[in-house]
Amino acid sequence: MKILKNSIRDLLRYPSAILGLVIIIFLLVVSIYALATIPYSEAVRLWRGGEDIWYQNPKYASPAWLNAFSSKKKPVSFAVNTTDGSMTKTITPSSDPEISTVDVTYEFDYAYDDVPQELIIYFTSQFKEKFSFVSVSWITPDGRTIRIADMAADSKLTYRFAQDQKLQKRLKTENVMQAIFADPNSPTQEPLKGRYQLVISATTFEKDAALDAEFVLHGELFGVAGTDRYRRDLLLPLLYGTPIALAFGLIAALGTSLLTMVIAAIGTWYGGWVDELIQRITEVNLVLPFLAILIMVGTFYSRSIWLMLGVTILLSIFSGSIKTYRSIFIQSKESSYIEAARAYGASSSRIIFSYLIPRMVPLLIPALVSSVPSFVFLEASLAVLGLGDPILPTWGKVINDAFADGALYQGRYYWVLEPAILLMITGFGFAMLGFALDRIFNPRLRDV
Amino acid sequence: MTSEKTVPSAAPLSEGKTRTNSTFIRVFRYSLLRLASMMVTVIIGVYLTILIANMGGYVDTIMRNEIRDNTTQGILANPNYRSLSTEAKADLIQSKIATEEKRLGLDQPFAVRSIKYLKNALTLNLGRAINMKSDQGSKEVRLILLERLPATLLLTGSSSLLLFFASLYIALALSRKYGSFWDKMVIAFSPTSAAPPWFYGIFLILIFSAIFKALPFGGLVDSPSPDNPFDYGLSVLKHLILPASSVIISSIFLSIYNWRTFFLIYSTEDYVEMAKAKGLKPRDIESRYILRPTLPTIITNFALLVITLWTGFTITETVFLWPGLGITLFRAIGFYDTPVIVGSTIIYAYLLAITVFLLDFVYALVDPRVKVGSGNS
Repeated sequence: MKILKNSIRDLLRYPSAILGLVIIIFLLVVSIYALATIPYSEAVRLWRGGEDIWYQNPKYASPAWLNAFSSKKKPVSFAVNTTDGSMTKTITPSSDPEISTVDVTYEFDYAYDDVPQELIIYFTSQFKEKFSFVSVSWITPDGRTIRIADMAADSKLTYRFAQDQKLQKRLKTENVMQAIFADPNSPTQEPLKGRYQLVISATTFEKDAALDAEFVLHGELFGVAGTDRYRRDLLLPLLYGTPIALAFGLIAALGTSLLTMVIAAIGTWYGGWVDELIQRITEVNLVLPFLAILIMVGTFYSRSIWLMLGVTILLSIFSGSIKTYRSIFIQSKESSYIEAARAYGASSSRIIFSYLIPRMVPLLIPALVSSVPSFVFLEASLAVLGLGDPILPTWGKVINDAFADGALYQGRYYWVLEPAILLMITGFGFAMLGFALDRIFNPRLRDV
Repeated sequence: MTSEKTVPSAAPLSEGKTRTNSTFIRVFRYSLLRLASMMVTVIIGVYLTILIANMGGYVDTIMRNEIRDNTTQGILANPNYRSLSTEAKADLIQSKIATEEKRLGLDQPFAVRSIKYLKNALTLNLGRAINMKSDQGSKEVRLILLERLPATLLLTGSSSLLLFFASLYIALALSRKYGSFWDKMVIAFSPTSAAPPWFYGIFLILIFSAIFKALPFGGLVDSPSPDNPFDYGLSVLKHLILPASSVIISSIFLSIYNWRTFFLIYSTEDYVEMAKAKGLKPRDIESRYILRPTLPTIITNFALLVITLWTGFTITETVFLWPGLGITLFRAIGFYDTPVIVGSTIIYAYLLAITVFLLDFVYALVDPRVKVGSGNS
């Protein structure tokens, strides 16, 4: 306990260790938050779902906070719905019990310097035989009312403003967005800033008929993290990639270093053919192409992240560090406390696990922490080669998608930078802590 | 040859002769044993690679199905065969499949074939690729690998050698004045080496290619490639800057840090203090008292570095679209092309085994305390 306290006190003398610890704690908090708010199945559904889950989002949208750094404000996407109350719906019955009117109005402030990509209304209605009738109009901040469309609403109806050819004809332009947002007095067709109003008035012709609408504005910016080419919200892989990256890095580092140490201890303790065998396996493993085998396993068998993890650990156990541990164990095997244990008749397993290995913990901990980043990056590297887990949202997958889509050519830097910066933070956090631990536990390094 | 060097020249003739003999026998026996154990290691390693590259024979099933599909489709779609009866077509398909399977060696069971692969690999008879072709259209594995070798060596060689010598030089300079500002900077930056080269690669592409448009995004030369050799070289050089820099950036700080710590441990030895007290010049102390005893380690590191040059940087090459061996190996795996995978592995295994074997002798040459074949090596 006292040793632990002393180590922590020593650790706090290194600013890099404190920074590293803060980063790791932050990542742990993000992981817990991600796992608590998004269950596994939900994460997979949101990541792999398909158009009907992502339809609300614009394609290739940058994160919304970019507006804070730019003088030219780009439109931010939003979606409102009558079912969850974000858009109000009023139903007025008429004298005829069969007929009633549904009025939906949505007012919003538009203060951007650009027109949005698209406005979409999704109608869902319930009726037995008679379709409801919908008319949509648009009121600009300067009070002009533009008639958008009148149509019969099927049980599901999607109305896209920019693609409506009747509306294009009526407005005498192909660019509907420009026409309904532009300031008529501005020679450069600047968008008019102010309060816009969407008015949907529908008439239903049945007693139990119901109508709901969802209004979506596809701007150029979206949410905290932006979206990719499939309209997926990137916040999901950024959040959910954290526990995956940490789990992969920590399990691989822990598994590899513990197993390496146990095997080295067993080899040195028993000596003879066991030791010889372990050394030969280490040499064979040196010849095996590590990355190529991982790629083969990914290509031929399965790209599941957990299989990759297992193969990674298996290939990393018999690495060069087994020789380092071996040489230290050979020394401590001869120490007097081992002799004492032998004298009182301790079993081999007791000596290995209670006396030999615990002495090595100071050496193990820094090595373990320092090896976490390499495994985190290994997972990302595999994903960049297209061998990422097919169902899980991970940081490496995002980078791979972005590269496959030429995000850097197209100037969509956010797409690459967000996961890359998270990877970097994770890597540096563990590396900084590992370095500090190394200096604390290996006093030989402390004064140099 | 090593045995002669270990003979002390001043020894009396008769004693010297018996010593030469015993040294020779010791070295000879040791070399033989070592070579045998290396060979066994290489054989096991390569055979394991062959097994994995074929999924223990499962790749055969994939290839058989592919052949069946392609031949059947080809014959059914070919208008020349339309007049044939159904049975005649079926026969034709069967015989074509058989020829194709024979061509790829699929008529033999996998166990036999895997031994054949192993034998060919060990005798460096790399054979023909299954699906891949070199840019010239050859299916010879040797040609496919040779064609990509220059590009890989250019990237790995330039970056790794620069990295190695620069970090040695800087580390030596820093070890002389440790605790200085630059020394602290290197220590502070050494965690940056946690990230692999491709990771810095994407940042470099972003800054220099996407934002400043100063350097190309990737590839080996401009397209179309310049005719004039000078312009060609210049264009290659321009394409080399970013991938090579990303390799160097990703490990320079840790490399300097490790060498510096290593040199520091040696520079606190008593004999170095003694040399300082005698008033020797710092240059002399460095070369005679610090570099000399650390030479075996430096040579080992250098030798291992040189052989890894061969394997290429698969992911960095992928990110920069650099047409090297790493990318070829990656593509070969995608094509289930065992001969190419095994060819690349066997060359690495041989290079590694030979290097490790030779290093024992090099140690004996540079470090008088080490004797070949004695001790528990």
